[in-house]
Amino acid sequence: MLELSGVNSFYGKAHILRDLGFSINAGEVVSLLGRNGAGKTTTVKSIMQLVKPEKGSVIFDGVELTRLPTHRVAKLGIGYVPEERRIFTDLTISENLEVGRQPPRPGVYSWTQQTLFDLFPNLAERRSNRGKALSGGEQQMLSIARTLMGNPRLLLLDEPSEGIAPVIVEQMAHTILKLKAEGLPVLLSEQNLHFARMVSDRAIIIEGGLKKFDGTFAELEAQPEIRDAYLSV
Amino acid sequence: MGLFIAQLLTGLANAATLFLVASGLSLIFGVTRIVNFAHGSFYMLGAFVGYSLMQVLPGAIGFWASVLLTGLVVGLIGVIVEVLVLRPVYKAPELFQLVATFGVILVIQDLALMIWGAEDLLGPRAPGLKGVVRIMDEPVPLYDLALIAITPFVLFALWYLISRTRIGVLVRAATQDREMVAALGVNQSWLFTGVFFLGAGLAGLGGAIQLPKGGADLLMDFNILAAIFVVVVIGGMGSLPGAYIAAVLISVLNVFGVSYLPQSTLVLMYIVMAIVLTVRPYGLLGREEVVGEHGQVGEPERPIKPAGTKARVMVAVMLMALLALPLADSHFLVILTTDIIIFCLFAASLHFLLGLGGLVSFGHAAYFGGGAYAAGLLVVHVNAPMELAFVLAPLGAGLAAFIIGWLCLRLTGVYFAMLTLALAQLLWSLVFQWDEFTGGDDGLVDIWPAAWLSEANSYFYFTVIVGVGGILLLRHVAHSPFGYALRASRDSQRQAEATGINTKRIQWMAFTMAGALAGVAGALFVFSKGSVFPNELEITKSFDGLIVVFLGGVKTLSGGVVGAASLELVKDYLTRIEYWRLALGLLIIVVVVLAPNGIVGSLRKAWERLRGTPADEPSTTAPVALTSASAGTQESER
Ligand SMILES: Nc1ncnc2c1ncn2[C@@H]1O[C@H](COP(=O)(O)OP(=O)(O)OP(=O)(O)O)[C@@H](O)[C@H]1O
Ligand SMILES: [Mg+2]
Repeated sequence: MLELSGVNSFYGKAHILRDLGFSINAGEVVSLLGRNGAGKTTTVKSIMQLVKPEKGSVIFDGVELTRLPTHRVAKLGIGYVPEERRIFTDLTISENLEVGRQPPRPGVYSWTQQTLFDLFPNLAERRSNRGKALSGGEQQMLSIARTLMGNPRLLLLDEPSEGIAPVIVEQMAHTILKLKAEGLPVLLSEQNLHFARMVSDRAIIIEGGLKKFDGTFAELEAQPEIRDAYLSV
Repeated sequence: MGLFIAQLLTGLANAATLFLVASGLSLIFGVTRIVNFAHGSFYMLGAFVGYSLMQVLPGAIGFWASVLLTGLVVGLIGVIVEVLVLRPVYKAPELFQLVATFGVILVIQDLALMIWGAEDLLGPRAPGLKGVVRIMDEPVPLYDLALIAITPFVLFALWYLISRTRIGVLVRAATQDREMVAALGVNQSWLFTGVFFLGAGLAGLGGAIQLPKGGADLLMDFNILAAIFVVVVIGGMGSLPGAYIAAVLISVLNVFGVSYLPQSTLVLMYIVMAIVLTVRPYGLLGREEVVGEHGQVGEPERPIKPAGTKARVMVAVMLMALLALPLADSHFLVILTTDIIIFCLFAASLHFLLGLGGLVSFGHAAYFGGGAYAAGLLVVHVNAPMELAFVLAPLGAGLAAFIIGWLCLRLTGVYFAMLTLALAQLLWSLVFQWDEFTGGDDGLVDIWPAAWLSEANSYFYFTVIVGVGGILLLRHVAHSPFGYALRASRDSQRQAEATGINTKRIQWMAFTMAGALAGVAGALFVFSKGSVFPNELEITKSFDGLIVVFLGGVKTLSGGVVGAASLELVKDYLTRIEYWRLALGLLIIVVVVLAPNGIVGSLRKAWERLRGTPADEPSTTAPVALTSASAGTQESER
């Protein structure tokens, strides 16, 4: 349902993504792996059009995204959870969710504040607290919940496990598996191989903005030299 | 006691207008991060449009319908401004957008002049509310009571809109992180336009609602500008209740000031502001700015380089041409060039502060006018010889900058900018109201150069030497270790501090130095004209400086000078036509929209495109922006 081909992205004159291409199929959870600075975030931003690729195409359900502004991409049903979480600290939890709310989308699960509070019980008790009162893990959950309020058809998660206590990471993995069971495809940018393996079907490894590997975890297991070369384990 | 209550009520009634206008300014700033200088113009339009509507709509219903319709009309004008002028420049460095709003001020001034004429219009009284009631034997206009009653409802409605509706939630979210709001599927351009509509509409309402107490005239735009800035800053940027409290505070104090300390009326509000900001740097109900975290990053700045041989030769040739100018035997040309050089020095000193220091001063006229007045006062009161006055003038201006800099540099970003504006206004009101000492409105006259400079062109040569010398001095400092430290402080306060630079002190010294050099320009000015009037200290003078620095190009060292020379020349031609403000305003807007790198920056880009040599090295410096300046402090505090 999502297909990148020949994507080249820049920050100013720094060439970050080089002819990157991969695809995500319906119902699939795919991990985008790579070291610090490999270009994972840039890839995700290039899909959202927060970074405009200078060459190449990003096609989502037959629609070329590179010509669209960011809000149109989101409207098409791509949900983005940024690496820095970027919750609105001055708004309450409920209000944060309200910002993400979009009308129901035919053929996908329609989230409400209530169903999200069921998914993230920690948030429920604190719904009228301001975002800044939350811990790192709670902020991450709020960021995911906020994006789910848009009833996405594809979820982009940028390093959700970064800087979060192991218990919460575990919880996060269960959440992603639940979403997967609902049929929501996910592109998960990760450095934590263990976490990625728990939740995803397939791994894509990038380094220096170039794709180095694309296959199942079993295939990756069979090639430990790739893992050693491109991932810091 | 009765009198006291009556005065209190008058103050509360006056607060209505101030609050309406200021809350619009605060809203617009909160979401778009644009300091909308044209806000006073929306207020003025509100008065004129309201006046015209009240002529055609009769009776009490007609009156109030006119007020509401005015809000709508001015709101729509705000939308036009947003879509045509600001939308194309949202991606430009934030401060560049300011210049666009200056352009809008000029355009609206002339349009209002064309439509409504130069005569002041007396506002109609509100039908049904023309009488007075006696409260403890004191007459209080009924209309005042109506205003006092209405304002809390407006405040409540706004509060409800912002804190209880989806639109309000989106507005608040966008205030914090617009990009994230877009990534969640909200079209922010629509949100911006909506906020502009609301903000401009509130200003329009303010203009219409004050008609029965005042009227409509062409000076309203600038007259209210300083006051609403003060209100917004005292209340706290983006806080509506804060704006209300501040509006009441200022208006009530003003009423009492008029009756008990009539000489102090203009000064009073700035004193209040200075006190409030000393105790609470972010205003009564304001919070520390948390902007710039995810703000857009402009194009990296190219490193500044010492001038190459070619550039040096060019400067030398131009200097020769200048010195040869009197040979052309045109008195007019000599006078015009003198003005240009003086203005160039003034602009260069502001550019030094703004471009190199990242310190956006909205009140640079204080030091230009300060220098001029220091010299003038010395000559007039103690009969000082010109040479002494000329040496002391920059010291006086520098001292003013030293004090104001100390007060302002405790703040960052837009608070810094507003405080510089307010303190400059303080100086202006002092000069304006202290008749016995400064001559007030009549200014200081008969201040001529010493005998040895009284020959036809000798003062011109003197101006060339001192003016160009000042500009070269600034340039020299820019390339000195002090200049590097200043830029380092601008780009990353934290990193600069880590390398042992005391950033605040560096900025303070830069502020003082820029002030002193503006003072030199002021001294040159006063002796070339023989007189000085309070308008040399006015906001418009500060704005002129900002316009030329931006038009010339913030990022290029020669920007200030080129911009100043261009503006003076253009003005000289334009002021001969009737609606020169309109022409100049449109010109400014066109330049801003088409050449967002300024004249020098755009020329350089075009040149490079022609030769196909992209000479700019990507560097990690941030662009000059209100918010990036504060982002630096944010970082360091974490
Ligand atoms: N705003 C920016 N301007 C310039 N260069 C940037 C910017 N953001 C990232 N980069 C550079 O782009 C490269 C890729 O960065 P990116 O953030 O995509 O990596 P990443 O794989 O997400 O890393 P991490 O695991 O640290 O999040 C890095 O070299 C980084 O330094
Ligand atoms: Mg990343």
